[in-house]
Amino acid sequence: MPLGLLKYGLSREYPAPRYFRDCTQPKKSYDAVIIGGGGHGLAAAYYLAKDFGITNVAVLEKGYIGGGNTGRNTTIVRSNYLTPEGVNFYDASVKMYEDLSEELDLNLFYSTRGHFTLAHTESAMRTMRWRAEVNKHVGVESYVVGPDEISKACPQLDIQCSGQAPILGALYHAPGSVARHDAVAWGYAKEADRMGVEIFQMTEVTGIDVKSGKVVGVNTNKGYIETNRVLSAVAGFTPRITDMVDVETPIVIHPLQACVSEPMKPWLDTILVSGSLHVYVSQSSRGELVMGSSLDPYEVHSTRSSLDFVEGLTTHITDMFPFLSNVKVVRQWAGMADITPDFAPIMGKTPVEGFYLDAGWGTWGFKATPISGKTMAETIARDMAPDLIKPFRLSRFEDYELTGEKGAASVGH
Amino acid sequence: MSSRIAKKRGEWINRDKPLTFEYEGQQVQGYEGDTISSALWANGVKVLGRSFKYHRARGILSFANHDVNALMTDGEDTNIRADVWPVSNGMKLEAVNTDGGVIKDKNKYIDYLSPFLPVGFYYKTFYKPKRMFPFWEDKIRKAAGLGKVNFNYPRHIKPKRYAHCDVLIIGAGASGLSAALEAAEQGFSVILVDENRQIGGSLTYDLAGDPAATDTLSTLQAAVESQANIRVIIDAYAGGYYGDNLVPIVEKSGITKVRAQTVIVAAGVFEQPPVFRYNDLPGVMLGSAAQRLVHRYAVKPFNKGVVVTANDHGYRTALDLASVGVEVVAVIDMRRDGAAQDITQKVKDKGIAVHKGSCIYEAVAAGDKLGVKEVVVCPYDETTAEADTSRSVRLACDGVAMSAGWAPAAALLYQAGTKMRYDDSIQQFVPAQLPESVFAAGKVNGVFELKARMQDGRRAAAEAMNYMGKVVAVDSVKQSLSSSPSHPYPIVNHPKGKNFVDFDEDIQVKDFINAAKEGFDNIELMKRFTTVGMGPSQGKHSNMNAIRILARIRQLPVEKIGTTTARPFFHPTPIGHLGGRGFHPHRYTAMHQWHVDNGGEMFEAGIWMRPGFYTPAGVKLSAADAVQQEALAVREKVGMIDGSTLGKIEVFGPDAAAFLERFYTGKFAGQKVGESRIAMLLDEAGVMLDDGIAVRMADDQFYVSTNSSNAATVYREMQRNVQLWKMQVTLVNLTGAMAAMTVAGPASRSVVEQLTDIDVSAAAMPDGAFRTGKVAGVDARLMRVSFVSDLAFEIHVPYKAGLHVWNAVMEAGKAFGIRPFGTDAQRLLRLEMGHHLISHDTDGLTNPFEAHSDSLVAMDKPFFIGQRSLKILAKKPLNKKLTTFVLDQGFNGELPNECNLVIDSANNISGRVTSISYSRYLNRHIGFAFVPPEQTNDGARFQIRTDSGAMVSATACNAPFFHLLES
Repeated sequence: MPLGLLKYGLSREYPAPRYFRDCTQPKKSYDAVIIGGGGHGLAAAYYLAKDFGITNVAVLEKGYIGGGNTGRNTTIVRSNYLTPEGVNFYDASVKMYEDLSEELDLNLFYSTRGHFTLAHTESAMRTMRWRAEVNKHVGVESYVVGPDEISKACPQLDIQCSGQAPILGALYHAPGSVARHDAVAWGYAKEADRMGVEIFQMTEVTGIDVKSGKVVGVNTNKGYIETNRVLSAVAGFTPRITDMVDVETPIVIHPLQACVSEPMKPWLDTILVSGSLHVYVSQSSRGELVMGSSLDPYEVHSTRSSLDFVEGLTTHITDMFPFLSNVKVVRQWAGMADITPDFAPIMGKTPVEGFYLDAGWGTWGFKATPISGKTMAETIARDMAPDLIKPFRLSRFEDYELTGEKGAASVGH
Repeated sequence: MSSRIAKKRGEWINRDKPLTFEYEGQQVQGYEGDTISSALWANGVKVLGRSFKYHRARGILSFANHDVNALMTDGEDTNIRADVWPVSNGMKLEAVNTDGGVIKDKNKYIDYLSPFLPVGFYYKTFYKPKRMFPFWEDKIRKAAGLGKVNFNYPRHIKPKRYAHCDVLIIGAGASGLSAALEAAEQGFSVILVDENRQIGGSLTYDLAGDPAATDTLSTLQAAVESQANIRVIIDAYAGGYYGDNLVPIVEKSGITKVRAQTVIVAAGVFEQPPVFRYNDLPGVMLGSAAQRLVHRYAVKPFNKGVVVTANDHGYRTALDLASVGVEVVAVIDMRRDGAAQDITQKVKDKGIAVHKGSCIYEAVAAGDKLGVKEVVVCPYDETTAEADTSRSVRLACDGVAMSAGWAPAAALLYQAGTKMRYDDSIQQFVPAQLPESVFAAGKVNGVFELKARMQDGRRAAAEAMNYMGKVVAVDSVKQSLSSSPSHPYPIVNHPKGKNFVDFDEDIQVKDFINAAKEGFDNIELMKRFTTVGMGPSQGKHSNMNAIRILARIRQLPVEKIGTTTARPFFHPTPIGHLGGRGFHPHRYTAMHQWHVDNGGEMFEAGIWMRPGFYTPAGVKLSAADAVQQEALAVREKVGMIDGSTLGKIEVFGPDAAAFLERFYTGKFAGQKVGESRIAMLLDEAGVMLDDGIAVRMADDQFYVSTNSSNAATVYREMQRNVQLWKMQVTLVNLTGAMAAMTVAGPASRSVVEQLTDIDVSAAAMPDGAFRTGKVAGVDARLMRVSFVSDLAFEIHVPYKAGLHVWNAVMEAGKAFGIRPFGTDAQRLLRLEMGHHLISHDTDGLTNPFEAHSDSLVAMDKPFFIGQRSLKILAKKPLNKKLTTFVLDQGFNGELPNECNLVIDSANNISGRVTSISYSRYLNRHIGFAFVPPEQTNDGARFQIRTDSGAMVSATACNAPFFHLLES
């Protein structure tokens, strides 16, 4: 029993303060307005305050904080991407995550359990080697392993996958982790609030006021706010925000679904991903299997679940773990993923002065929360994107300098 | 000690079939039809499990498929829900998640630590210093979870069934049965689903003591059973609502996917526990649970009991208990004014005291908290939720029935997109606006009176029929309730807590108050911070009280708090049921069996099975040798490969040529009949997707091949673009209808000419020529191709003739030393020829300029897919380009692998190997690599880093590589 909990049992008054104030009515103006109170928006607010002393900041959230894709993902954090630009970026995020519980003074349950991307075909094995080689080159611990090593880490896995798609090997990524996703949003909200950032829930942006190509304010359901700097960090709602400022992006919205089993005694210690079977699975500290699949193949702006998804996923789960047949799925849900043509994010400045974009996070946003917050804060504070995110600039789609992460991003959440 | 009582009318057990099973080492008697919980309860066993967090003893709560503290394992299966799972002879059961048995569970000490485990405690500790987290995490993971999974549990093979109907009705209670009859009598087909093993809903327990209601049930049952238009599925639940009225019905034997014209949700309500200290002790149960025990299983819930209530249902429960010999000490009514005179009098007539305006302040545990021994009753202030402890009374009892209100079983309504409102007159969420083909009836719709429920069922059916186009009158439904079925705030504060709201997760009132103090004061954040409703019962007994508590904290009306999103599944649903049979179809070519019989090493190539190489029986041959020998046969004599997996699409119509001009990068308008051209497909960003061959069979007819793995994609894209461009083109996918084989090598002409009437001489049939005629007596399409060899013929014949032609070629080739070759040799042969493979040598960003395919791109055409991007790309310098390369003569170091990186002198990544093979014919290692454009010149040197980190020199080299043999 940790001593830190003693005060809860011993004090008469509940000893914990609010994580963040109950802000209801925004002020007349702010130095910066952040649209979207998910992990990314809150992290950007936190680093604006911490790294640059910009605390006169409002975060506007149309629902409740962390209620979008921050709370809908399957919480995997990793950096075993395909391009050196991608690997460097996500590696910086992993390193920040490792210290984030202490920094935010909140246990994020950041749990490093190793990540296997299973390969069932020769061509998948080639991609694993490619990723391993690029990862090694930039100093990230990833290597190709054979079936024996996979079995050692997860003896319950049927290496033959019920004879359907025998596993030939895997890309093993030692730093692969999971974390408590909601807590990441709460922790950033708590610390940003402590430094003066104001967080408004149930506050929806209805328009962005642009004069002579510059942002001058935002309209909300709680009135007009003057500001010269606006960050959009709204994931699946990005097209609605960019439409307000006539900024064009190649983003399309696809649903991404996931589901969770009833709790059972933990037995799955690693994170497993299979591109061929469209499965990723890990077991939470509550004992639930957290399971997901690839993006739905069609474009639609909805968070409704489909039966097809869970039927397909469970078929493949039983290929991998036949004994789970009678374990039950408790709940399924969906998020709206903002997908770019090259499966890499869009970060930085836009043609509208003072309008900054943090979007295109598809299925890989959660793992980038700390680094995206930090680099977007810098972009806003200096009106210039740091080198780390230059490969993700919006203009790359015009000059055809894409950052091809498709090979590593598909299914590999 | 048995609490089984005399036979009840309509009981669900079969007394002629007694059976025996074991629970925690104890022999227990039951009957066929018993659930595990009912049989245990009948035997006086009241500790059915331990709670998830505090390991408190728990018994029956809902007895309605959400008693998630009473989970069992039989060694095979786990997390078996005792409240609903039928007993069978010889079962050996144990409670899950205990250490040392359910009674002696060593983890019960955690209950005493609960003051130090505040809401969300795990966020507040275990992370400083961070190196300690793995230690604590290990402990947390050991404590987590419910049952242990049996790793040897066999894989289910459950069928999926499909059904369609006019009206799908969920819930076979009074309203559902009435709705079914109304629709069926008008000729509509009805599927009626109920999760219980008998139809009747709450009539089978709540009003089971009322002869008139029982007669009503019998009448309804008989009418439904004799109605041919109604299909009844019992012991099955509607798993969820999906778009366009798709509802999976989950039975023990598998899932039936029902697609209905209309859906009527008549799923009733879940009883909600009042919240007071120790409301979780074994023996404290919901009133409806007590009634189910009595009427369905003929089990006396306890001997001496107290009923705490806030509605008329509690009074009926008291009467039911009294009728089977329970000594009901008192009815504790939390409402200041109590119940209507008539029902109050009925209860008093049984000698039961009625305490109005009172509450149970706390239940007092019997030894080791394994049961209840008395309750402390105090006056209750409904506005403050405080008990007046100065005027407490202690009532001895061994059980408590709780009836304080209900929450609608509206999950499917929410999933369908229903807007709900909070009705203050009944203190319940009810549908305010339903989707147009979805209806609600009965208690879930806020209608409680029996007659009114039956009317409401008929009303919902009438509305459904109107929706389907049959005009029928819709009668409005009136009910006159003497009081609200639900109490607005059935919560009793207690300074010592342990007044449980969520029994899955052991969440008490103070947890909500403290969560709100920490800022988690909207319902979604509160759910996530406290985990209320996140356990296996998904909040069926806890969400409503959580909303009420939060409304009080925020001083807002309940409606303003709203609800959390109800997601599938209604009940947890087995993975094996959802997965079903798990189809993994494979396609076989016409020559499949021949390959297998002749030592073909078959592998999955997409959906197809293909031979990688052949090791004929009786021949000792390594894979590498087999591949090299097959390739040598093609270089020196003749070989044949099964190419049936190629995509084969016929493009007909006046716009056929124009269509291909837009679809592919090359030119087709001027292509002559009998000629073939390369057909390269890009995406809109200019990325190479596929390359095949288009032959012109007539002015308005092309026959196009695609790479094996892209057949479906290309066909789909063609279809999409034909629609988009509104062109007069018809597409026929012949991929499966045609078999194909390639005969390659210097002797290939000599082999083919024996079998065909087509003139295949060099003059008559140059490279790229296409002819039709007979091959081995079969109508065939014949093409000169040069992918693996300068001289090769591709023969396409109908699938059924494939094996015949294949055999004929093998026979004719015998004299020339023909060998079949597989895909491995094909890869090597095309590499020797210098042909790249799309998606093997290219990736998701490669454009034709980077792949030396400029000549295949007709930039001067008005349009083709990807042209706009290529125009922009053409102006930019390339930073990588595909080149063919060789390793040094006699290389014998660590061989690079495909996807090893090319590293420049500054130790940066400058490219990667995409193909590499040893060629015995050339006696060299050859390959493809991406390198900086200047390194593609013949003779340029670059460095490849191997898996182990060694550097290997490679030299760019023009292809075909055969010139290496000359030097």
